[in-house]
Amino acid sequence: MADYKMHLLVCGGTGCKASESEQIKENLLAEVERNGLSGEVQVVMTGCFGFCEKGPIVKVLPDNTFYVQVKPEDAGRIVSEHALKGRPVEDLLYRDEHDLPISDSKHMEFYKKQVRIALRNCGFINPENIDEYIARDGYAALAKCLSEMTPEEVVKEIKLSGLRGRGGGGFPTGLKWEITARSVADQKYVVCNADEGDPGAFMDRSILEGDPHSVIEAMAICGYCTGSTKGLVYIRAEYPLAIQRLKTAIKQAREYGLLGQEIFGSSFSFDISLRYGAGAFVCGEETALIHSMEGLRGEPTFKPPFPSESGYLGKPTTVNNVETFASVPVIINKGASFFNNIGTEKSKGTKVFALAGKINNVGLIEVPMGTTLREVIFDIGGGIKGGKKFKAVQTGGPSGGCLTNSFLDTPIDYDNLISAGSMMGSGGMIVMDEDDCMVSIAKFYLEFTLDESCGKCTPCRIGNKRLFEILDKITKGLGTEEDLSRLRSLCKVIKDTSLCGLGQTSPNPVLSTLDNFYDEYLAHVKDHKCPAGQCKSLVRYNIDSEKCTGCTLCFRNCPVGAITGEKRSAHFIDNSICIKCGVCYDKCKFDAVSVS
Amino acid sequence: MEKIKSLDDLKKLREGMQAKIKLRESGNNAENIVRVKVSMSTCGIASGAKEIMNFMMDEMERQAIEAVVTQTGCMGYCYAEPTIEVTVPGHDPIVFGDVDKVRASEIIEKYIIHNELVEGILPVNYRSIDI
Repeated sequence: MADYKMHLLVCGGTGCKASESEQIKENLLAEVERNGLSGEVQVVMTGCFGFCEKGPIVKVLPDNTFYVQVKPEDAGRIVSEHALKGRPVEDLLYRDEHDLPISDSKHMEFYKKQVRIALRNCGFINPENIDEYIARDGYAALAKCLSEMTPEEVVKEIKLSGLRGRGGGGFPTGLKWEITARSVADQKYVVCNADEGDPGAFMDRSILEGDPHSVIEAMAICGYCTGSTKGLVYIRAEYPLAIQRLKTAIKQAREYGLLGQEIFGSSFSFDISLRYGAGAFVCGEETALIHSMEGLRGEPTFKPPFPSESGYLGKPTTVNNVETFASVPVIINKGASFFNNIGTEKSKGTKVFALAGKINNVGLIEVPMGTTLREVIFDIGGGIKGGKKFKAVQTGGPSGGCLTNSFLDTPIDYDNLISAGSMMGSGGMIVMDEDDCMVSIAKFYLEFTLDESCGKCTPCRIGNKRLFEILDKITKGLGTEEDLSRLRSLCKVIKDTSLCGLGQTSPNPVLSTLDNFYDEYLAHVKDHKCPAGQCKSLVRYNIDSEKCTGCTLCFRNCPVGAITGEKRSAHFIDNSICIKCGVCYDKCKFDAVSVS
Repeated sequence: MEKIKSLDDLKKLREGMQAKIKLRESGNNAENIVRVKVSMSTCGIASGAKEIMNFMMDEMERQAIEAVVTQTGCMGYCYAEPTIEVTVPGHDPIVFGDVDKVRASEIIEKYIIHNELVEGILPVNYRSIDI
C-alpha cells in the first residue's frame, strides 16, 4: 500500500463541478502518473470548500496551499512545479485585497467569512463532559465575574459589547440586564428562551445539544448581574436530546459546585431548572412564555410592564435567547472590544444562521454581522441546488419576509433587514429557486400563523384567517386585482392593531412578496397562471407527441392512471383524471412533458 | 466529585484537563492514537450517527487500532450527515461526510491505516475563536 506524501484535494462542490473540476481531477491524475508520482501523490475529490466565487479550488496537503480558479490545463504545472519541485504555482494562488499571494490557506480572508463565537464548542467538545468545556476556558468567565468584577461592571461590559438579543427582536442585552438589576424585589429570575419555533430554524437546538454549559454559565453570570438566584430554561418537549444534554450538564455543574450555594466561594448562589413547552409558536414571545411557565394559557399580555420589571410570578425576570447567552462568556473572557470590533455599526458580533431550502450546503453557519446574503448563499452555502436560478431568500421565519436578488449585496444586520422589509428573526434562512411560487410561499407562512395564533386578539385571529382565504383564492385562480389591494390594506390593519409580535409581524411574508413579486401576483389574478408552475389548479401537464418516444416511463409511474398510449408511440394525459402531481414531468427523460 | 471553590481551583482543573487532552493527542504512544469525533446532534443521530459511532468503536477494537472515539455536537454540515472528524497523529483533523458503514470501513482501511485519503472530505471553512 502506498504511503502518500502529498494530497491534492479537488473541490467537488456543485459550482466547481460545473466549471470542470472533474476534468481537473482527471488531468491531475494523468500528470501524477506521467511524472511517476503515483505512489506518493494522491488526488481526491472533496465536498464544497464554500468559496465558490473563486472556484474551481485545488488545495494541497500537507502545506495547505490553496489554488483558485484552476483550469484543467493547469494540472501539468501544479504537478511538475509543486509536487515534483516543491514550488507553489504563484499565479494560481489566492490573492488578498492587496493583491499579495497567500500560500497558506489558514491566513486567507475566506476563513474569516465564518467566525464561530456562539458555536465555538459545537462539534468540537463532547457536550456531555464538563471537563472538556472547562479545558476550553469554560466557567472562567463566571469565575472572573464573581471574583474580580462587580455586577455593575459586568453589565457595563455587556452594554459596551453591543450584544443584542439573538431571538429576533434585537433588544440590547446589557440594557435588559440593567433594568432587571435596578428593579427591587425579594426574588428575581433569569429565563432562557429555548422555544425555537420558526420553521427551518435549529440554531438553539444545536447549541444546547453541542455546548449546553455555555448557556448555563451565561445564565449564572446574568443571575449575578441582576441579583437573581433562580434560572429557568423554557424548552420545547420536542427537543428530547437537547433536554437530556442540558440535564446532564446541570447535574455536572452542580457536582462541581458551579451551580448551587456560594459559587466559587463567593456569596452568590444560583441554580437552574427546566420548564417544558408543548410547542406553541406564540410561547416564544416572552410574556406568553412566562404565562406558560406559570401554568397559565400561553397567551401574550400587553407590554409594559416589561418582564424585566414584572415577569415570572410577578417578579423581575430577564428573558434571553439561547444564542444570546452562548455569546456572553466570550465577551467576559475576551472583553467587550473583542466582540464589538466584529460586525456593523449597530449590530455587533456574529450571528448563527440555519441554511435550508434549495441550497447545496444545507447547514448551520455563523458569520460576522454585515456579511452579505450573497456571501452566505453563494459562498458558504455553495449556491442553488441543481444549478437553478436564485429567486428569493426568506429570513425571520413567519415574521420575516422574502428578499430578492436586489438585496443580495445588502450587509446582514438587524436594521438593514428591517428596512428591506424582513427581519433578522432567530436566524432561519430558507432559500428559494425559480420553481417556487411566491404566492404559495406567502400562503404557507400564513397557514402556519393561522395554526399558531393564540386567538386572544381579533386582528390576529380573524385577520390572518381572511388573509389566508384571499391567498388561497388567488392560488386557485379565482382571485381578482381588487384582492391584491384588499390584501395590502388588511395587512396594514393586522400589523397596526395586533397585541403581540406574532400578529404584528405575521403579514410580513405577504407584504414582502407583494412588494418584491407583484408581477407574480398579477399573473395569478389576471392571466390565471402560475409562472413557477406550482399552483396545481392553474397548471396543465401535456406530452409533446413529437418528443415522446413511447418509453412508457410516465405511464408506469402515473399514480392515478391518467396517462394512456401504446409502446413506442406518443402518450397522452387525460387532464380530467390528472392530479397534477408532476411525476411524469420529473420522470421523462426526453423533455417531452411540459407544464403550461 | 471535588467542588470547585475558587478561580484557582478552576485554573488547576483546566490546566489538568488541557494536559490530559494534550497527552491523549500527543502522548507516549503518539504514533498510534487516532481521535475520532462523531457529530451526534439530533440530525446526525437521525441519519445514523449512533450506529457509526458504535461501528467505529467495534472496528477499532477488532483491528487493534489505538483510538479514542468520542461524540460531539453539530459541526454544521447538515447536508452530509452523518459526519465524523478523524485526527491521525501528525496530521490536521479531517472531516468526512455521508459516512455509512461501508465508508467508515474505507476510512479506517485507507485513511487511518494507510494515510490515503478517500472521497467525500468536507473542507472546514470556518474559524473558531481562539480560546
